This record gives sequence, structure tokens and C-alpha cells, in this order.
Amino acid sequence: MMLKIDNLHVAVDGKEILKGLTLALAPGTVHAIMGPNGAGKSTLGYTLAGRDGYDVTAGTATLGGQDLLALAPHERAAAGLFLGLQYPVEIPGVSNLAFLRTALNAQRKLRGEAEVSAGDFLKLVRAKAKELGLDPEMLKRPVNVGFSGGEKKRNEMVQMAVLDPKMMVLDETDSGLDIDALRVVSQGINAMRAPDKTILLITHYQRLLDYVEPDFIHVMVDGRIVKTGDKSLALELEREGYGAIAA
Amino acid sequence: MTMATSLPGRRDEAWRYSDLKALERAHALPANDAIAEAVTLADGETRRLGLAPDDSQRATLTLEVPAGVSATLVESLGGGGWLDRAVTVRLGAGARLTHVILQTAGAEAVVTAAYTAALAADARYQVHLGNVGGALGRVAMDVTLATGADFTLGGVLLGNAGQTVELVSRVVHAEPGATSQQTVRSVLAGKATANYLGKILVAPGAQKTDAAQSSKALLLARTASANTKPELEIHADDVKCAHGATVGELDAQALFYMATRGIDPAEARALLTQAFLGDVLDAIADEALREEVSALAIGRLRVLVGGA
Repeated sequence: MMLKIDNLHVAVDGKEILKGLTLALAPGTVHAIMGPNGAGKSTLGYTLAGRDGYDVTAGTATLGGQDLLALAPHERAAAGLFLGLQYPVEIPGVSNLAFLRTALNAQRKLRGEAEVSAGDFLKLVRAKAKELGLDPEMLKRPVNVGFSGGEKKRNEMVQMAVLDPKMMVLDETDSGLDIDALRVVSQGINAMRAPDKTILLITHYQRLLDYVEPDFIHVMVDGRIVKTGDKSLALELEREGYGAIAA
Repeated sequence: MTMATSLPGRRDEAWRYSDLKALERAHALPANDAIAEAVTLADGETRRLGLAPDDSQRATLTLEVPAGVSATLVESLGGGGWLDRAVTVRLGAGARLTHVILQTAGAEAVVTAAYTAALAADARYQVHLGNVGGALGRVAMDVTLATGADFTLGGVLLGNAGQTVELVSRVVHAEPGATSQQTVRSVLAGKATANYLGKILVAPGAQKTDAAQSSKALLLARTASANTKPELEIHADDVKCAHGATVGELDAQALFYMATRGIDPAEARALLTQAFLGDVLDAIADEALREEVSALAIGRLRVLVGGA
């Protein structure tokens, strides 16, 4: 398994949000987790990435057999985990290029790989930005500062493409996108599909799944996966709502 | 040779937040003979001066930048004792001085540096200050501006452990149309303290004065502290005076975001603190000087974020 989560319990400020979540994702597959607001979808993403304040009270999570929960957040990234944020953070004074190059080389260093030269890095990041419709000039600007919602999400995709993770958790990547931006972002996700990679989409709506076709859909309600099915489950959810499925 | 006959006290407003104990210890050091220098800079000249006493040393300098002359002074203040520096700067009409002050004294040292500058009409005085050393590192600037003169101060104050680093400025807009901008960025780790006391005085008749102060402090530990005290005294009615001050911590969301991309905590803190100093460092027009000041600041930051 790429990502194996077993009986995961997570509390935030003493309140239990994930209540025994179990999920196993194989390499080469694309999954979507859908669920109503407050089901704990974003909590799952933050917990996997290791955010402070998300306390694992029981259960396990492994990435390629490695205990994910024992690693610091930056070590999880180097191990191949990528979390695409619903609200990408603005970092004044740090250029996208410096940020991404530092990140890439930090990951490579932890994996015992050689640093990427400045020239090779620029070539790589410019090519990815072009593919994803992000003006390469924006790469010189501070991370996400003054970016529109769509530009921020494109920028997330550029980061993902450059860092080339094997396990991608994308939290509401489709939120706040117009149809053109959604198409480009979907292309970015689809470009990452590969036999040795796994994608987990966390989403509220069916819309993204028209562009990124998942192999499996998991319905999350109140901190647990209550149902798993193929992509037709999304349509069923759309028709009948979460209440009917969870019942 | 004796040093100042009486030491300042807590009631002395300009020393209110200072480390007076460090000053007392320094006062007990054996004193060398005072050094007095007089320098006149030529057009296009870059002069470098360095002082690093291990005992108690008073060193005065009278600096002349004649009318129309454009020059640079780079001053390195260091050592392990007490350096009591007093500099008088005179800028003639239209003269330009770029003045880099790098204070990098040892952990036990005390540096008290006082600058008194008088700018003639249309003179420009640019100060780039890196105040990062000493148990107490204190820089005081008293600047008086004639018609159309401009004073720009960019200061970086960095403190670690029990250090106190401070900047006390008094800018007098004596005549109309003068401008001043002071930008101070402080980063503090451990139990360090940074103080910025900035006074702007606009004299009667000094219309069209444009004076600005911006002070931001970043605390890397809850045990560190920053004091900012802006003070405006305005005796003219057609003036622009602005000041802003903030004290904050590193953005936890930004740190997490960086971690999700693989950047380790020390590196992330280094990047964020470096960005925080950008307002001051990026404003240094001369590339070689910018790199010199930046290298000092960034090297010091690495120590701060590592130990935070």
C-alpha cells in the first residue's frame, strides 16, 4: 500500500474530530474523499501532514510502510507526501523561486540526493509554470502575495509538479476556481497520475471529479469513512445527499 | 584617563530601557587614552574605519563632507571591552554621505556610539546600521536637517541570549522642506531586548517637512522583548509625519506551509526572518555594501534561529 490509515483518532483542542478512520490507498490509484462540512476532511489532510495542534490519540498511518506519524512535517514531505492547501499561505519577502528551490533541495538532501543546480531548477520550474498557465514572471514575486485564488491554486500545482511527490493529498483544490482555472488545475493533477503515485482528492463537490476521474470514492461522515464505491457514488451523493448515504 | 564622570540612570529617558548593569561593568574596565580623529572625505572616496578595543576606549571622530562631495564611510565597531564612540558629522550643502555602521562586539562587550550630524541645505545622509553585537550595543543618532536635506536610516537590530541592542534617534527638522525616513527591523531570540526610541522634532517654520518612522520587531522566543517609543514634537502646521510600530512572532501558518514543502524548521525560520529584514537590506543601493551588511545580518540570523 502507498498510504495505509488504520483506526485513526485525532483530537483538536481536546475535541475528537477523526473517530477511527481507516483507509488503504494503493499505488497508481486516484481517490476522492467526499463529505459534508465538519466531517473532518481537512483534519485528515492536516494530520497526515503533521500540523501542530492535531493530536493523534489512537491509530496508525504509514506511507510506503514507513510510520508517517513518527516523522516531522518536513520529513513527511521528503518521504513523498504532498498536501495541497485549500488556502495557500502568503509569505511576504520570500520569492516563489527561492521558496521552491529551498524546498526541493531540502527534500533531496534528506533523501541523500544531490542538490539541483540553479540552472536546472530554473528550467524545470519555468517549464512546469508554462504547462500550468502560471506566468513565469510571477515566480519572482513573493509566495502567493497578491495572487488571485486561481493563481494560488495554479501555484500549488507548480509546486507539486516540481517537487514530484508520490502521495498527493489535495484539500479542496477546486474551491474558488472558475471553469478555466479548474480545467488547468485538473490537467496538473492528471499529469501526476502514474503507476507509482497515489492521489487523494478531498472535495465537497462532484465538479472536480468531472475532470479528474477517481478510481474510488470514499464518503466521510463524522470522522469516519462510511462508504466506499466507484465514481458512480459521486453522482449518487449529488442526487441523494450525504444524509441518505450515511444512514 | 577617566571615562564619563557620571553614568546615566533609569530616569534618563534616553536610557530608560538600556542595560545599565552592563554599562556599570564596562565603567570598571581599565581605560586607554582617548583617541581623537578628524577626517575630511574627498569626492568619490570610500573610507573604512575599525575599532575593536579590549579595554575601555573612548574614540572621537570629526567627519567633514564638504559641499557637493559624495562619499562613503564604513565603520566597524567591535572588540571585547567598552567602546565609547562619539562622532560629529558635518555635511556641506548638497553633500552626500553613505554611512555604514556595523556593530559586532563580543558577547561581554559594551558599545555606546553617539552620532551628531548637521546637514546643510540639500545634503543627503544615508545610514545603514547593523547593530548586532555586545552585551549592550547602543547607537544614538542626533541629526539636524537644513532646508531640503534628507536623512535616511535603515537599521537592523539583532539580539540573542541576554543582549540589549538599541537605537536612540533624534531628528530635528530645523528648516523647511527636509525629509527623513527611519526604518528599523529587530529580531530577538533568547532573553534579548531591542529598544528603538525615535524622536522627531519639527521646528517652527519648518513647513513641508516629511518625516516617517517604521519599526517592526520579531520575537523568536517569548522570553525576548522589544520596546518602541516614537515621539513627535511638531511646531509647524504644514507637515507630514508618520510612524508605525509592530511587535510580532513568526507566522505559524507560513512555517507549517514551508514544512509541508520539505523545508526544515531552522531553514524556514531563517527564510522568514531574512524576508523580515528585506525592507532594510534591499534598500541599500550600493550592491557591494548591500551584500556586506546582508552577509553580517544573515550570518547572525542563522545563530538566532538555530538557538531560538
